[in-house]
This record gives sequence, C-alpha cells and structure tokens, in this order.
Amino acid sequence: MKYSPSRWLPFEEGIRVIQEEMEDLLRRQSEQDVDLSAEITALQDRLEAEKRKIASELTPWRKVLVARHPNRPYTLDYIAHIFDDFVELHGDRRYGNDQSLVGGPAMLGDYSVMVIGHQKGRTTKERQERNFGSSNPEAYRKAQRLLEMAERLGMPVISLIDTPAAQCLFDAEARGISEAIAATQLLMGGLRVPIVVVVTGEGGSGGAIAIGVGDVVMMLEHAIYSVIPPEGFAAILYKNAAPEQVQQAAALLRLTAQDALELGVIDEIIPEPLGGAHHDGIGMAATLKQAIVRRLEPLLALPVDELVDQRYAKFRAMGKWEVRRG
Amino acid sequence: MATERDWRARVPDGMWVKCENPRCAQLLYSKELDRNLRVCSHCDHHFRLSARQRIAITLDPDSFVETDTELMTVNPLNMEGYEAKLKRHRARTSEMEAAVVGTGAILGHPVTIGVTNPFFTVGSMGSVVGEKLARCVERARDQRCPCILISGSGAGARMEEGILSLMQMAKTAAAIGRLRQAGQLCVTILTNPTMAGVYASWASLGDIIIAEPRAMIGFAGQRVVKGTKSDLGADAQSSEFQHEHGMIDRIVPRLEMRGFLESLIRMTYAAPLRKGASVEV
Ligand SMILES: [Zn+2]
Repeated sequence: MKYSPSRWLPFEEGIRVIQEEMEDLLRRQSEQDVDLSAEITALQDRLEAEKRKIASELTPWRKVLVARHPNRPYTLDYIAHIFDDFVELHGDRRYGNDQSLVGGPAMLGDYSVMVIGHQKGRTTKERQERNFGSSNPEAYRKAQRLLEMAERLGMPVISLIDTPAAQCLFDAEARGISEAIAATQLLMGGLRVPIVVVVTGEGGSGGAIAIGVGDVVMMLEHAIYSVIPPEGFAAILYKNAAPEQVQQAAALLRLTAQDALELGVIDEIIPEPLGGAHHDGIGMAATLKQAIVRRLEPLLALPVDELVDQRYAKFRAMGKWEVRRG
Repeated sequence: MATERDWRARVPDGMWVKCENPRCAQLLYSKELDRNLRVCSHCDHHFRLSARQRIAITLDPDSFVETDTELMTVNPLNMEGYEAKLKRHRARTSEMEAAVVGTGAILGHPVTIGVTNPFFTVGSMGSVVGEKLARCVERARDQRCPCILISGSGAGARMEEGILSLMQMAKTAAAIGRLRQAGQLCVTILTNPTMAGVYASWASLGDIIIAEPRAMIGFAGQRVVKGTKSDLGADAQSSEFQHEHGMIDRIVPRLEMRGFLESLIRMTYAAPLRKGASVEV
C-alpha cells in the first residue's frame, strides 16, 4: 500500500509521540545490538491504549477528518489487496476518461466481479489527475458502461464510494453532471446482477449516491455519508462559520456510519483497525474482503427477479414519515 | 379554460403587481397577469407558480384528484429549527409539504402528476416529497398511464433530513426505472428553479424533458460553487444553457405548455404498439 508522508491528525499527537519513541528504540536496538524488547512491549501497550482512547473519542467531526485522511486506503489499494487479476478499463466511450473513478473486472476468490469505485490521489500530480476524487460526468458514464457490461456477463458488482462530492464546475454542468448522476442511480436500481456497495471514506452527497444503489450497503466504521459537506452546511447555517461551527454542523448532519445504520440507510458497519483504517490498510482490506464475500454469497443464490424486487423495496422504504389517520 | 381557475379568484381585483424581474419592474394589473398565466406581458418574465397553480394550468379542469395527503413530515434528525421552519412554510403556503401529487387528465386521457412547490422550502426534497413522487410514478405504472413531474425545486435534497433526503434521489430514480420498463411515458417539466439533488435525480429522467424559458437549472447552487477556483458563471445554470448542451428537449413558454403537453399525451395514447390499455378516468 502506497502511503503519503506521515500526516497526523491534530488529535493523534499522542500516537505520533509514541511511534517516534518506538522508532527510536528500534533503531537503537539494531544499531547498538542491545535487547530493548521489554521497553518495546511496554511502548506497544501504550500505543494500543492511546489508539483505544482516541477511537473512543472520535466525534463526528473527527470522523470527517479520519474519513479524509490521506493515508486511508483508496479504491485501488483495496482492489490490490482484495481482488486478483484486476483489469482496469478506461473511458466512457462518449467523451473522456475520468480517472476520479476506476473500474473493471476482477477475481474475488473463484468469482469474477465488476469493481467500480471513486479514486483519490496521493501525490500532488495524482491528486490533480484524479481531481481529488470529484467526478465529472464521464466518470459516472464509465461506471454505467461497466455496470451494463457486468449485467450482460452476469458478474456481480462491487461499488466502493469515496468522494468529497461530484464535480460542480462549468465543464461538469456543460456535459450534464446531473443527468449522469440521475441515470446511474436509475441503472443500478434495476440492474439484474447483485450489487454490494461500501462507503469506504467520504460519501459525498450526489457524487456518492450516484454509485450507491445496491442490494447491500455497508460503511466502514469511520466513513461518513452526507447530503452536504459539513463545511457547506455550516456556510448555510452561519455566515462565515467558525471552525467550531463547522464541527457542530458535522454533528447536526448525522453523517457517521452509526447514524446511517440507525436511520436505516445502511445494512452493516465494517469495523476498522484500532484508531482508523489509515493505521493498518492491509488489515482493513482483509476485514472488508470478508464482509464483501459474506454478503455476496446469499445474493448469488437469489432468483434475479427477487433480487431486483428486494433492492427496489429496500430503497423504496428509505426515509421517515408519519401517516396521518382519518 | 385555464384562465378561470379558482386560485386566481383569491387575488383581489384591481391589485397591481410589480414585475419580479428587476430589469423590468413594470407595474402589472394582477388580473391581466393571471390571464397571462403569470407571465409578464412586457418582458416575458415567468413568475414562479405554486404547485396548485401549476396543476391548474396543466390538467383538464376539475380532473385533479390529490393523493397521498396522509404522509406527514417528521424531524428524523431532531434538527433544531426544522419544525419551526415547516410551520412557517405551512402558514405561508397553506400546504403541508413541498410536493403535491395526484391523478388527473389531459384531453381526457388519464395521467398522474407530481409537482414541487418553489414557495415551500424552495421545493426541497425530504422523505415525504420523495415518497409522494415515488408513489406518483408507481401509480402511473399501475394505472398504465403517463406520468408528469414538474419541478420547482431550487434547494435539491432537503438538508434538515440529512442522508434520508439523499436516499430520495435513489428512490425516485428507481421508480422511474420501473415506469420505463412498464412502457409508460414520463415527462419532466423544469421550472424556475430546478437544482442539485432534484435535477440530479427524477427531474433529469423524463423521457421528454421540457423547461420554461430562463429558469435557473443546474447542479450546484452558487453558494456551494463560490469559493472554488473556477467561476461557474450565472449563464451555465439556465434553461437555455442546459438546452444548448443537450440536457433538455425543448424550452416551452408557459402559454404554450398546455398545448405542447396535449400533443405529447395525444401521441402517447395513439402509439399503435403501446403496452397495455389505460384505465377509465
Ligand atoms: Zn416584466
């Protein structure tokens, strides 16, 4: 897994200090040929305790920061560790090749599946090439093309969501970003193969739901799923929102995985390694793979009409209201 | 005819209205304005219409039967101020929610109709609006008739209901998918304003998409776009821009809209290979 240079979140200072001590000990142990295993074990315990403490104190805003962490595994990282023989396919066959969304067939154990997912970049250059994970219409039209192919070939679909938002600038508007998002949802709503959706990082509004219609929808423990970014919501609530107000907006939006489960929007929360997926990407990928396989198996056994009816009923039931009597 | 609808009777005689278009600002005789379906006779500015005004100028007289009025909005996120906001909009509009849906007829042919109201939370889509529209689409499927959806939603998905509002996009899109499979027509009419989560779901999914002239239509609101590097420019979010870029079939002035719909509905019912038969009105 490729990592960007260490970046510590403000509330991870404790971890940073312990890890630096640890590196120091390990260096001394190898350079000076002394046995520091007792100290190292003690430090590992401290690290574990510190991570546990941080994990227990993850407010909604802190989860936003974790979900956006540059060392959090991205779609291509998951693909590398979950699937075999991934063949990335490019282009929407209409206009361009938007690299903020990747996809193609891959092997999941004995099964071939179609994987699609948003992709952010790590280096400055890659970030720009992938447009920070914000998709233009071409990205969703590429997804549509792959979804249709999956249906024709009888491949289940795995969709991984991690986008701050869909692209909203002039070019996106000119090429029909709204139509692209709408049509992708419609297509997934009726696709005649199983679809497993996982929000792995940022589930940013329309850009996320565009590829978020599935038979099973899961979220990683510290992922977020929101109708609007907390910064945007704060800007509407308060003019010139202060940082505390942005944090408050994050809490008001109920954007955590725990909120989404409670509100009936997702089926399952997939636990992350202690402190967040950015501390152990390979461990995260292993847990995610188990969850995908466990959820996919029963879907493969369903008659396709039943599968599609169930998916329709699932999204049809979303939302909360009361029925007035009389 | 469409000019004698009851909503107009509520406007007191002799009232003068200033044209909403600031570059025009003409004083208009309200009765005259109503007769002109609330289009300014000087500058052709199309005033915003409420959901009921819209239904009145779209369907055959007295054909509209409202449905799904039993659905009541709740405050699922316990968002502070949401109930007060709803109360304010209810008082202002005499409506319970931002969508009015039901069944009716055009030239005697049955249709279902769903309209979002720009005067109620700028037509934003929360759980009840999404549910009403999905039922409206499903009713067209069940009754084997065309569905007409008219958007006056400038606020997209309703933020006060958070992620539940986002799910209404998927819900309405999936419902239209099923209507398509059933071989029934879906016409969407985009009026000022149609934005964000509504434009990025059902409003973009009509078999035929019509817009009123110079309506604000686009994906992200100016407030969201502001602060990003490239300037979107106001022109990019208009009926004309969207039409020019292939997103909208026709821009139809309000005074010609009913006639245009009549043609579409007539042709739909005249399709020699049309799936199934329509029910009695
Ligand atoms: Zn005027």
